[in-house]
Amino acid sequence: MDTPPHLARAQWMSLLAQAEPAELAQAMEAFAPPADATTWLRPPQTGLYMLRGRIGGTGPQFNLGEVSVTRCSVQIGERIGHAWVRGSNARHAELAACADALMQDADQHPHLHAQVLEPLRQSLHGRRATASRKAAASKVEFFTVVRGE
Amino acid sequence: MYVAVKGGEQAITRSLQLLAEARRGDLATPELTLDQIRQQLRLGVARVMQEGSLYDEELAAMAIRQAAGDMLEAIFLLRAYRTTLRRFGYTQPLDTNAMRVHRRVSGTFKDVPGGQVLGPTYDYTQRLLEFESAATSEPVEAAEPLPDAMPRVLDLLDAEALIERIDAGTDPEPADLTREPLMFPADRATRLQNLARGDEGFLLGMAYSTQRGYAETHPFAGEIRMGEVDVLICPEELGFTIEIGSITLTECQMINQFHGGNGLPPQFTRGYGLCMGEGERKAMSMALVDRTLRCDELGEPSYAPAQNHEFVLSHSDSVEASGFVQHLKLPHYVDFQAELSLLRTLSAQHAQRARDEEVTTQETSS
Repeated sequence: MDTPPHLARAQWMSLLAQAEPAELAQAMEAFAPPADATTWLRPPQTGLYMLRGRIGGTGPQFNLGEVSVTRCSVQIGERIGHAWVRGSNARHAELAACADALMQDADQHPHLHAQVLEPLRQSLHGRRATASRKAAASKVEFFTVVRGE
Repeated sequence: MYVAVKGGEQAITRSLQLLAEARRGDLATPELTLDQIRQQLRLGVARVMQEGSLYDEELAAMAIRQAAGDMLEAIFLLRAYRTTLRRFGYTQPLDTNAMRVHRRVSGTFKDVPGGQVLGPTYDYTQRLLEFESAATSEPVEAAEPLPDAMPRVLDLLDAEALIERIDAGTDPEPADLTREPLMFPADRATRLQNLARGDEGFLLGMAYSTQRGYAETHPFAGEIRMGEVDVLICPEELGFTIEIGSITLTECQMINQFHGGNGLPPQFTRGYGLCMGEGERKAMSMALVDRTLRCDELGEPSYAPAQNHEFVLSHSDSVEASGFVQHLKLPHYVDFQAELSLLRTLSAQHAQRARDEEVTTQETSS
């Protein structure tokens, strides 16, 4: 069964947002869109989202506090790319929006997937695995001293 | 009556210059970089984000540097800055169950599924001042990562129906204190928003008072977890949900004894604390105070300060509290002149009465 198309887009947009800005910039160097075909529909703009938690982790929602988010929209040729990234790094949002536009282009898609998205996914996976192994190193191994017989 | 007071302008300018000078210190010493503050003072950055009510490590680091390490001033700076930013919307509820755990401990069960993970904590340090700067040890890493998701400790009790069940119900839209003023009685969601940005010192004191007997709640730290959680939003332009990054959160689930009441059976009840970044003391205090504030709902006798909604919620905010306490040093010249002249009149009347009484006494005795 085919996954609905928006699912794939949600996945790549998430990866672009989770990327280290420097790694994204480097990976995108080969994919700089031509300036004459690029229109910044919404230049990078930093604002706030209110973070929501749930009481007890699973109960009704409450407002925890805000998080800074930078959003950006770009048109490259026929395609419109959007980005929302946590923090106030304008360049991160611009690059993510460009990559989103280019990923929608059937010709460009495989190249970006192989040269940008896949390396970003591996890098993210690696960072998380390292953090998890570091935490695992401090896992408590209880042992019980048996008394008496 | 208002009297315009002029003449302080130059003194104020000079004061600001002195402040800048004092903040920078000796020019021969390099200025702190934001990366240094973010990485080496990360717990300070977390506190400024929590009480500044804005998750942005860069801005919080900037605020700490500008405030010369005065956390309450830094919190104020961040709060002021947030008012200049546009609100884009609300995130999807954070899923702390899917947290990528860096630390997770339980004070109630030794063998919790997934295990106890200590992570980076001061708990086991000996609190001996290190005169040498911290030696960089070999990187610590286990061969195997932790399981992807850690089950909640409180679910163990839930399975036996020994703890109150908490679900989203109709999942109502919570009130937002950044949009509407605090009103009483405040529901639990509103209280948690207030506590989440409340002053850590104040909440710690309130929580401590409950442990010392002012509204006992017999708490156990069921689970404390700290780690990374994805932030999800669903923008209208897209119509589907995306991740926009991840943040560090600390969550505390307190388990509290409850003998039953208000039609509820004897069972364990819950207190909940959640805060941005690493902030275990804050999350624990928040959970204790959250539980204490539920006294009316659970039919418990209410007599202690930590049970009083108005007392706790109206005094938890350090920006408001420090503003009101510190405004006393601003010119109150006219107010004080009025008090002074009133006191002089009263004092004169008092003296006059004393003299009159003396005369009367003399007349009567003669």
